[in-house]
Amino acid sequence: MRTPRVPASLTGLACLFAVWEAASRSDLVPAHYLRPPSVVFPTLVRLLGDPVFLRAVVATVAATLLALGIAVLIAVPAGLVLGSFPPVRRATMTIVEFLRPIPSVALIPLALLTFGTGPDTKVTLAVYGALWPILFNTMYALDEIDPLHVETARAFGTGRLAVLTRVALPSAAPFVLTGVRLSFAISLAVVISTELFAGGAIGLGQFILAASSGGAHMDEVLAGTVLAGLIGFAANSGLEWLHRAVFAWNVSADGLR
Amino acid sequence: MPTMLEVADLGHTYPGKDGAHNAVDGLSFTVDAGELVCVVGPSGCGKSTLLRAIAGLITPTRGTVSLRGTRVDGVPSELAVVFQDYSRSLFPWLTVQRNVEFPLRGLPRSQRAARAREALASVGLDQAGRKHPGQLSGGMQQRVAIARALAYRPSLLLMDEPFASVDAQTRFELEDLLLRVRREQDTTVLLVTHDIDESVYLGDRVLVLTKSPASVVADLPVDLGDARDQIKTRASETFVDLRAKVAELLRGASHIEDAKLI
Repeated sequence: MRTPRVPASLTGLACLFAVWEAASRSDLVPAHYLRPPSVVFPTLVRLLGDPVFLRAVVATVAATLLALGIAVLIAVPAGLVLGSFPPVRRATMTIVEFLRPIPSVALIPLALLTFGTGPDTKVTLAVYGALWPILFNTMYALDEIDPLHVETARAFGTGRLAVLTRVALPSAAPFVLTGVRLSFAISLAVVISTELFAGGAIGLGQFILAASSGGAHMDEVLAGTVLAGLIGFAANSGLEWLHRAVFAWNVSADGLR
Repeated sequence: MPTMLEVADLGHTYPGKDGAHNAVDGLSFTVDAGELVCVVGPSGCGKSTLLRAIAGLITPTRGTVSLRGTRVDGVPSELAVVFQDYSRSLFPWLTVQRNVEFPLRGLPRSQRAARAREALASVGLDQAGRKHPGQLSGGMQQRVAIARALAYRPSLLLMDEPFASVDAQTRFELEDLLLRVRREQDTTVLLVTHDIDESVYLGDRVLVLTKSPASVVADLPVDLGDARDQIKTRASETFVDLRAKVAELLRGASHIEDAKLI
């Protein structure tokens, strides 16, 4: 059940690139702008040898991971508190439901003015965007905890706080990791978007913005875009692998729960 | 034998939208150290409420529970519980070994591991320590739950319909396993069941409860001796008489309730 998954997903990607190649070679779209993968991939390979480009990629990935880490540190404890204490949850849910639909991108102007064009801005915004899936997954995972698990622990003299760390947290952990998986993509997207808007900040978004001016280097624009997708794909696969490795007990026969 | 457990005039009422539900009322009995007492009653009669009150998981509205003469207030530290639903009471993220070690947190690591291994061996699962509960059959999972309770070395072992969710063959095996380990470890056991045969087969005494609100209608000593055998004991005259008596009492208990309703 495990081995066919990777080739299957890669086949899907290959199909996508084949369609892209065909679309680009047909007259349906301006081939000058939608450069085919046969052009974009060699460009990507060339760019990966370019230190300036690599520095931009590293800056983007580092900001993404930093934001994700901070989001975990905030959202997991917050989710545990909101999930375990219904009064706290009732009191704060209106705030959460008000903040959550606000797109991180809409906060870019405010963040730029507050934090300037440095990495603080993109990290802060990415943290904001990445918080919610982790927070909600943690919180709702606590709702799903089997009351009998809690009763069993309590009957063996486990205190309230210990029940939280020894029962609630491990039983919520797979859901938290799923939240992290969702949040990685959000974090990456917000970082790149902020780089695109903020202009000056070094990163993949800034590279794409610079390459797109004039429309002459669409192969580089697309190479940067494809790389963003590949980074997200790799991170997702890595986290799925981690889920299977660490939470084997939670993996059902047909895949992740 | 000194008294291990004393339940005195216990009553519990659940508040509810459609009026309060009186689950247990005026329930009194004692269990001596080393005894295995079975509580049998019709389903929904408040057996689980009784057990949860003894375990300190709920605070009864009336009456008292005392362990070794000390009134229970909160969860007593010398008590272990085995629930019916093993699949939900074992922690799926822990290995079998870690599940059994779970209540032994106060002990040094090596001692914890040794005790868990010993308990697993006593239920015949010395090879399963590294597996996760999900990889075991239902009967084996319930053995793990029993091992976990035994490893804790409780003064009182509470069992809530522990064998109700396994097949008949496994059930016989687990019943005999319980009889063996409780003799080996001299554990005091209070076992709640709705199965009349099981209560007679396992118990030194059988407490018969009425329908909800539960109270004790009979406290029957079981004169079957210590050595019991699934086939011979169940065929013996004493067993057959006792089970008929319990059945009659249970029927009577529901009749009284029916009469009240009319």
